[in-house]
Amino acid sequence: MHARIFVTLKNGVLDPQGQAIEGSLSSLGFEGVDAVRQGKIFDVKLEETDHEAAKEKLAQMCEKLLANTVIENYSIEIVD
Amino acid sequence: MKSAVIVFPGLNRDRDMIAALEKVTGEKPHLAWHGDSDLPDVDLVVVPGGFSYGDYLRAGAIAARSPMLKRVKEHADRGGLTLGVCNGFQILTETGLLPGALMRNRDLKFLCKVIHLKAENTTSPFTSAYKGHEAFPCPIAHHDGNYFIDPDGLKALEDNSQIAFRYCDENGNVTLEANPNGSIENIAGITNKQGNVLGMMPHPENLIEAAHGGIEGRYIFDSLVAAVA
Repeated sequence: MHARIFVTLKNGVLDPQGQAIEGSLSSLGFEGVDAVRQGKIFDVKLEETDHEAAKEKLAQMCEKLLANTVIENYSIEIVD
Repeated sequence: MKSAVIVFPGLNRDRDMIAALEKVTGEKPHLAWHGDSDLPDVDLVVVPGGFSYGDYLRAGAIAARSPMLKRVKEHADRGGLTLGVCNGFQILTETGLLPGALMRNRDLKFLCKVIHLKAENTTSPFTSAYKGHEAFPCPIAHHDGNYFIDPDGLKALEDNSQIAFRYCDENGNVTLEANPNGSIENIAGITNKQGNVLGMMPHPENLIEAAHGGIEGRYIFDSLVAAVA
């Protein structure tokens, strides 16, 4: 099974990297960009075949390592 | 005072920490390799600075999950004195021993310079020797020193006098301009609620003798020696 985990900064947490990217997009002439927030994607391959069991295991991985839940949210998507 | 320094691949400030501890305490610290699971009974455990595991994933994230950090957590949970400097502070927040998180510096630059610090609380076992000379210059060297905590967490830090050091100007005034990295409320170092764990981004181990440009970093170690005696 292939799962994809998205880790993003929580609302209210300053993202200086996202702001720098936003500034760079403006300097390239892209207009109308209100905000950019930078995050991470993890592609994980699992032996598990049951979707619910996989999601539970992936959530534990996020809680214990992949996300710092003080500043980050995560979401899990089963790709195939 | 018996001490131990935790050693990870990718650290670069462990040698300075060992030298500082030896100079102030007169005893060589025990060196504990991250993959080992035995930590001798010591008064102080230090997690020094550097770039453990290349800061992969997040600064301090991988080191915080290493076998030795379980022993460090047990030591701290028993009330044992625990100091994390720079990457060590990041590691202690990642283990949950200290609240909050350290994010990329506000201006996205690696900062290696001398800033000024103000000791906010001189009653902790780490800071008692700062009484009477609260403001002092201190070196910093980090890319991820931007301390963040949510409003409830910040209130708890303030209510429990857990803020140990703030960035200030040379006159000891805590100002926006004196904040090098964007840390919330100019926070440079905090203790846990019990007061036996301190994490800080600046490098006291590099401010031990006159040749360093000052000896005020030494006061942390002097405070600890006094607390243990």
